[in-house]
Amino acid sequence: MQVKPLENAIETTELTRRFNGLVAVDKLTISVERGEVFGLLGPNGAGKTTTISMLCTILKPTSGSARVNGFDIAKQDTLVRKSIGIVFQDPSIDDRLTGRENLYMHANLYGVPPGEQKSRIDRVLKLVELESRADDILRTYSGGMRRRLEIARGLIHYPRVLFLDEPTIGLDPQTREHIWSYIEDLRKAQDITVVLTTHYMDEADRLSDRIAIMDYGKIVASDTPIKLKETLEGDVITVKTKEADKLSSILAGTAGILKTNIAGEGIELTVRGGRAILPRVVEAAAKNGIFVESVSLREPNLSDVFLHYTGRAIRAEGSDELHGLSAIRRRRIR
Amino acid sequence: MTELRGIYTLWLREVKRYLRDRARIISSFVQPLLWLGIFGSGIRFAGNQVPGNLSTQQFIFPGIIGQTLLFTSMFMGISVIWDKEFGFMKEILVSPISRFSVFLGKMFGDSTDAVIQGTIVFVLGLLLGLQLNPLMFLETLPIMILITFGLVSIGLTVASFMESLESFGVIQSFINLPLFFLSGAIFPIGAGVPTWLQVASSFNPLTYGVDALRTVILGNAWSPLHPLYYNLLIMCAFDVAMITIGTLAFSRRK
Repeated sequence: MQVKPLENAIETTELTRRFNGLVAVDKLTISVERGEVFGLLGPNGAGKTTTISMLCTILKPTSGSARVNGFDIAKQDTLVRKSIGIVFQDPSIDDRLTGRENLYMHANLYGVPPGEQKSRIDRVLKLVELESRADDILRTYSGGMRRRLEIARGLIHYPRVLFLDEPTIGLDPQTREHIWSYIEDLRKAQDITVVLTTHYMDEADRLSDRIAIMDYGKIVASDTPIKLKETLEGDVITVKTKEADKLSSILAGTAGILKTNIAGEGIELTVRGGRAILPRVVEAAAKNGIFVESVSLREPNLSDVFLHYTGRAIRAEGSDELHGLSAIRRRRIR
Repeated sequence: MTELRGIYTLWLREVKRYLRDRARIISSFVQPLLWLGIFGSGIRFAGNQVPGNLSTQQFIFPGIIGQTLLFTSMFMGISVIWDKEFGFMKEILVSPISRFSVFLGKMFGDSTDAVIQGTIVFVLGLLLGLQLNPLMFLETLPIMILITFGLVSIGLTVASFMESLESFGVIQSFINLPLFFLSGAIFPIGAGVPTWLQVASSFNPLTYGVDALRTVILGNAWSPLHPLYYNLLIMCAFDVAMITIGTLAFSRRK
């Protein structure tokens, strides 16, 4: 399997999928660079899972094309499947088998040489801290443990691209934190590209090098989390000082300050690029002998960014759509 | 080699799941016992005519093996829907092994389970004191395997088109019971049976399976509908056709 090192991990060209007239993914054109964590952020029903399903060759595109690791998803589906790992949104492990049996089965399905299977499986089990439970039947695992096992499974065959579809959906905060740090460790330890879908802002912000905000099947914005947040005019610097009026007149005209507001014991500055301006503000105060009691900077978060681009807030966690058996299942593993 | 290991691992999964399901193994004794014990005795004393000098139990015994294979095969095949609902199917379908291998792996696994069930019925026949020779099992086994491959393939194929387990009743009404009643498992399909019934049963692959089973189990006491080689040929052709259709059904990408 040859992959040109400089080629992007994923390239899509006007990738489209319709379901009975409903456009789930609409002319999606994205590229994911090798080695990055790419976050696909959007509400439920935005088309994230449909996109991933097409990239994993489970679903056929209605039109458009995509290459994963240089392989065409329509014509070279076996090669695509060999080169990727995927952790599905819904559980996809056999709960009548033990953790280790699930991993061996996966290793065999992906053609991992028999001589290497044991060492690779031991390594991934260690990575997700499931060594002590590896020989228990999966039914006895908690939801978080199953999730960790699925992540471990996705790594056994050394995929070049790992897809994580809502990796922490329905998990408690502690387990989420755990899984996040695995994902962070993972990219330090291995040469791997990660594509992550999520509707959690904090998750996208923490893990992604670049984020594409997806809504109604389209990418509405795509950049690094920091740059996305910078596109919103308005970091807010709050300076607490007794000489607010004086400071305000000194700062007047400073580049980047959009608005100055004197409020009670201090001033509130609405600025572009707060991190760069904050030290200038403090310097100016010091130079003019103004005593500053405290300074704080509030940067817009991704929720603000999402609101800005889509005109509405991302739907809250409580409105997850669950259907039929998978709903029962989801509740059971919680 | 990769494909073979894929087939092996899918086979192993089905067998492990089956062997861990104690309840199913225990219940597999009960149905044949009801048929042979209650139905067989009842019909005999009610004056049913079976050919030759056979007792009703002996006559229906090969039919009950066929029935067990049929019901188990269908049930196992349909269990793919379970895999779909619980997501495991995605793990298999996104793996790089070919759809033909996926189909074969599942088919061999489910068939193994069904043949184990058939073997249990054979042992039950020995325990019930039917005129059986343990060596007969060696002749019965290949026939059971031939029957099962095709039937499991039907189940898998049908299941690949279905989305939920609620449709299981449909399988019972439209596949299991018609194939069972039209196979000659519990009454002889020969002279004296209406022509339409004879014609209908000649389209039923299980008819040939049951006839072959009777030929080897009942020996001279049974006058076969077809020669053994003919029955085996029909079953082979049926298996090849169903495996081909099943693989095609598994290869569809939505």
